Amino acid sequence: MTATASIGLSDLRSFLHGLPGVDKVGVESRAAALGTRSVKASAKASAIDLAIRMVDLTTLEGADTPGKVRALCAKGRRPDPADPSCPAVAAICVYPAMVPVAAAALAGSGVHLASVATAFPSGQAPLEVKLADTRAAVEAGADEIDMVISRGAFLAGEYNRVFDEIVAVKEASGAAHLKVILETGELATYDNVRRASWLAMLAGADFIKTSTGKVAVNATLPITLVMLEAVRDYRIAYNRQVGVKPAGGIKNTKDAIKYLVTINETVGDDWLSPDWFRFGASSLLNDLLMQRTRLTTGHYAGPDYFTLD
Amino acid sequence: MPKSARLAVRKTYKLFIGGAFPRSESGRTFVVNGDNAALASRKDARDAVLAARAAQPKWAGATAYNRGQVLYRIAEMLEARRREFTPFGVKADEMDATIDRWVWYAGWSDKIAQVTGGANPVAGPFFNISSPEPTGVVAVVAPPSLLGLVSVIAPAVVTGNTVVVLAPEAQTAITLAEVLATSDVPGGVVNILTGKYAETAPWLAAHADVNALDLTGVEHAELAAELERAAAGTLKRVIRPRPDADFTADPGLRPMTALLETKTVWHPKGE
Repeated sequence: MTATASIGLSDLRSFLHGLPGVDKVGVESRAAALGTRSVKASAKASAIDLAIRMVDLTTLEGADTPGKVRALCAKGRRPDPADPSCPAVAAICVYPAMVPVAAAALAGSGVHLASVATAFPSGQAPLEVKLADTRAAVEAGADEIDMVISRGAFLAGEYNRVFDEIVAVKEASGAAHLKVILETGELATYDNVRRASWLAMLAGADFIKTSTGKVAVNATLPITLVMLEAVRDYRIAYNRQVGVKPAGGIKNTKDAIKYLVTINETVGDDWLSPDWFRFGASSLLNDLLMQRTRLTTGHYAGPDYFTLD
Repeated sequence: MPKSARLAVRKTYKLFIGGAFPRSESGRTFVVNGDNAALASRKDARDAVLAARAAQPKWAGATAYNRGQVLYRIAEMLEARRREFTPFGVKADEMDATIDRWVWYAGWSDKIAQVTGGANPVAGPFFNISSPEPTGVVAVVAPPSLLGLVSVIAPAVVTGNTVVVLAPEAQTAITLAEVLATSDVPGGVVNILTGKYAETAPWLAAHADVNALDLTGVEHAELAAELERAAAGTLKRVIRPRPDADFTADPGLRPMTALLETKTVWHPKGE
């Protein structure tokens, strides 16, 4: 509420529409240029370890079982059992029903436990249901909540409603970190991504996250670049740092390193930490481990030597 | 336009990876008989393994009959394009032998399982059935001749393996690749890298996603031993070099069975 006090709820629309527009061609060519940087040898080794520490290892399937979640937690705690120097991932991300299982499996490990909530992935449920969903996840042991915004309301221009929802969910999350999923694939324009980012930050988000991973267009480098610019500008204006989490579609080490380069060149060192940047991913981790093995052993690794998730 | 004014169209012999003809990722080339050919790097080898791995399940899952048809189609295309190999010193009798070899292997696709597999007699109320399965992705150091090249590629792919071939003779190998590319061979089943195999072979020998290593064309015993040691790290099957191989002789079944794994299933007999 502190943030809104300075701009006033009634001004939200004029504030968001007063944000400068995004130069689509410019942001896409900037992202493409950052994607061409070559990161090799020891720099690559430390980038891979950092990327592993930033992974929110995710399973969000209707077919998730307690056994699968426990296996994923074991993998998150020790991604490469053959190499004790391999760091643990940042967090495990599951549905609320799986939080108790994951909480037991992660106890004492230092790996965070994130739960999606608020009628993930569509967000099309009454507010009371969303809040109950959130409270249940927190009570079961989640220390991070990934909420979805109501894209329908946002696209209809009901910014105050989206804002109030985020504030209410933030309150329901209590001490848990709140990540707000903008579902950029449904927001259609970069201008909307910038507005939604600001809206979420003003409402108290600790992280802004690109996607649910459940729609056709997931995280892309240009969209993440726009969001990074938003968190950078927000910190300058309000003196509060907000994290960024691209999710979905980041499949290999090359992609992950492009994101790290983009962070470094857009917002700098302050965000190059698992506290301020995360990758929402599942298959990415195995590719990171294979590349890590390639660097430590000197020969190419194969998927037969890593777990199937 | 006078004939002398026509611009010469010179050919660049590129690599064959995943059904496409890319240049080397490294941008390197070498000159062979006045033409440029791509000099493959370790990253080309890595990309070729990815392509071979991606193609393998579908190729192995195709019916044996279908694989036989594709191999026979290669023989048809070779027959039609036989004159393209003449400039590289391939004589008519070698060409005949090469085409006959494809036809011979094409015929084996739906017969090899009967010969090397079958029902085993066991003491107990079980059906016990063995069937041969492809090893997976095979890295091959090929001999220089066209007949030698075909004699290492055909037995590997006919049973459902996919191959990454290091070919010492770039023009012959890439002309063969052009035949494969027009013969309904799915992209990635055969991948051909040209250049110095001594540079790329060690990466394939140690690669954890390569299942077997065929060293038929390796000339130096020391290099062969080194490759075999590297392959041992991931328990690959290794076919040792055959410096005196006579490729015109009947190859027998060994080239095929060397790249097959036998799977045996026990099934209880009901009354």
